[in-house]
Amino acid sequence: MTEQLPVLRAESLTRRYGERLGCRNVSLELWPGEVLGIVGESGSGKSTLLNMLSGRLTPSEGRVLYRDAHGADIDLHALSEGERRRLLRTELGYVHQNPRDGLRMQVSAGANIGERLMAAGGRNYGKLRATALEWLDKVEIAAPRIDDVPARYSGGMQQRLQIARNLVTGPRLVFMDEPTGGLDVSVQARLLDLLRRLVRDMDLAVVLVTHDLAVARLLSHRLMVMYHGEVVEQGLADQVLDDPHHPYTQLLVSSILQG
Amino acid sequence: MMNTTSNTFSASSRETAANEALPVIEVCNLCKEFILHQQGGTHIEALRNVSFHVNAGECVALYGPSGSGKSTMLKALYGNYLPSSGSILVRCRDGETDMASASPRQVSRLRRECISYVSQFLRVIPRVSTLDLVAEPLLAAGFGEEKAMGRARDLLRRLNLPERLWDLAPATFSGGEQQRVNIARGFCRPTPILLLDEPTASLDAMNRKVVVELIHEACERGCAVVGIFHDDDTRRAVAHRSVVMSRPGEHA
Amino acid sequence: MLTLQQDSLRSGEKEKMPLEGYNFAYLDESTKRMIRRGLLKAVAVPGYQVPFAGREMPMPCGWGTGGIQVTASVIGEEDVLKVIDQGSDDTTNAVSIRRFFASTTGVKTTTHTAEATIIQTRHRIPEHPLTEQQILVYQVPLPEPLRWLEPSEKETRTLHALEEYGLMNVKIYEDIMRHGAIAMSFDYPVRVNGRYIMSPSPIPRFDNPKMHQCPALQLFGAGREKRLYAIPPYTDVKSLDFEDYPFEVQHWDEPCALCGARHTYLDEVVLDDTGKRMFVCSDSDACAENRARQGMTEVSHD
Repeated sequence: MTEQLPVLRAESLTRRYGERLGCRNVSLELWPGEVLGIVGESGSGKSTLLNMLSGRLTPSEGRVLYRDAHGADIDLHALSEGERRRLLRTELGYVHQNPRDGLRMQVSAGANIGERLMAAGGRNYGKLRATALEWLDKVEIAAPRIDDVPARYSGGMQQRLQIARNLVTGPRLVFMDEPTGGLDVSVQARLLDLLRRLVRDMDLAVVLVTHDLAVARLLSHRLMVMYHGEVVEQGLADQVLDDPHHPYTQLLVSSILQG
Repeated sequence: MMNTTSNTFSASSRETAANEALPVIEVCNLCKEFILHQQGGTHIEALRNVSFHVNAGECVALYGPSGSGKSTMLKALYGNYLPSSGSILVRCRDGETDMASASPRQVSRLRRECISYVSQFLRVIPRVSTLDLVAEPLLAAGFGEEKAMGRARDLLRRLNLPERLWDLAPATFSGGEQQRVNIARGFCRPTPILLLDEPTASLDAMNRKVVVELIHEACERGCAVVGIFHDDDTRRAVAHRSVVMSRPGEHA
Repeated sequence: MLTLQQDSLRSGEKEKMPLEGYNFAYLDESTKRMIRRGLLKAVAVPGYQVPFAGREMPMPCGWGTGGIQVTASVIGEEDVLKVIDQGSDDTTNAVSIRRFFASTTGVKTTTHTAEATIIQTRHRIPEHPLTEQQILVYQVPLPEPLRWLEPSEKETRTLHALEEYGLMNVKIYEDIMRHGAIAMSFDYPVRVNGRYIMSPSPIPRFDNPKMHQCPALQLFGAGREKRLYAIPPYTDVKSLDFEDYPFEVQHWDEPCALCGARHTYLDEVVLDDTGKRMFVCSDSDACAENRARQGMTEVSHD
């Protein structure tokens, strides 16, 4: 087995908001097929970190290197906006907490899935539709719903549609911001199961931001715990959760995870 | 069954091992201390200078009273607990890794390729069927769907889990049924290392016998097995040696 | 009123003196210069929407204030002006605009496409082929083809700048999904010179092919939205479509009920309360010419 190279590398990322530090000196590496969970409470800097990693927020210091499909290292923040956006809709994905932010609510599910393909030059209705149906099936949405607008979907279906819309171009790296937030527990379970399967089948690298430790345990291979803008602890997901070392992680584990 | 006990790892036996083949697992002066920041920084010493080794094809039982750190030791072997000091050398697939200092990625890879682990309780994943749950480690290790499912079915059948349960998520199963799912999941991959945390605790005699057979088979194909066995019968039936453990500060 | 209207309709009419107290073509010279500068930029970047400081005109938005400002900026004393609305020279809107320019410039007006040097239009491109000597000025209500899905102007500008046109194709997809075919029958988006996607204003898609490699200069003015854009002569203009749903113009089963033309854009005219209807050319000038050529009597405008 040839040693794979990381698909994402962050080097000493720092983000200041005026005097306030949003995120300090975070470095990480992420390999294909690996899910990295970032946990912490609101305001701990995990969203700031996610936005910097996904190229949406310029770091005050440090850089983010993405290794693209051709094996070239790309500094996400040195790209022109056009290039960055092209990358974001082809090799990268971004799943928002609120599906409304990641879907076009007024166009059909089929068009939502097809948009990335059309942006990449897809101009064949028959093929677009076939691909959309294939993806609806993968995310467990019944084929007849293909022409419905997402507004008529339940919250869980909307989130699954958002995932399909992101994965249709076969991205290599997907960012997820609280993908199960705001969903009922039973709906959450289904989504988690789906995500686990897709990550494995597509060999996806995922950066997952969540405040839900149960979700983090189920989906992540590795965890980073953020507190006041810094990474206070990191390691294998089950090791961090079962044998937490930092006082904050111990507090987090003891207060949230009950059994 | 041979039943030697060795708490420390003597220099002479080390040489003997080196002459033949190096042990698959070599634990050296392992210490583990928990610091409970939520409880005023209380220190709890769980392991003190534990050393032992396990050769290929050998089953070693961790043996001692409750609180002697058996489970902690097993979890450290799996990389689930991070030792405070000492080393855990693991040799498999032409490589040698110290689990005590390995990167998460290395541990992850070892788990995927070399180490199977049967925990005391099944961690149920919502909505995932029994069959998928058992086949999952195989799929993760890159086995094909068909092969993985076939192996999963074989094991579930051997462990007498009724076929009607296979497509259900095990959340509603009885303790014994869940444990059998857990065992099937742990045994499905032919890894060089197998860690067992009270695998037979909630099983009836018939299924206990199946587990004993499975462990024998694992040893026969050269697997290094480390286990905690709650009943002496099972321990005697499978273990070549026991590592006697005691509460740090107390003598074995 | 009717006499006045007919006076101004007669082509080849003798020039009148412009109204006292107004600048030539109503707009002041610096405004015209500003608009011309915008038009030059628009011509230089075909299909790109150039913002301009649109003026208040003596008629409400929606009546063609964008087109009028463009016409006012390019019209000279020697020009001959034709104004059409839905292909017709004699609807209220066309008449008012023609009279507006007749009285503020004194230029000759005409209804004959071939005679005109400037044709201001709402909703049609004349059937008579245009020449290099002509300028076609479109009145545009909604210049932004991406607006239907993207409310933010900042974002639509970015999409144009980065040539991110997936969104436009989403619209075509939705059309096919809903109607089994691309159902946009007017304001059918085009790609100009292989670069910008542009709204052709609400002309029927029947007219889209006329924009392609057209010898005449085509200028577009949106009064409410304050945007100018242009298609220079002999520019490629491609109507968007899908491989398996290619662009097609409308077809009618019957010819024009008046002139018998088979390849013109037809309007449906309801004749009475019993639902009798007929299809006639929407381009009144082309229809009249056709009839004259066939020796039919010209139907009077009254």
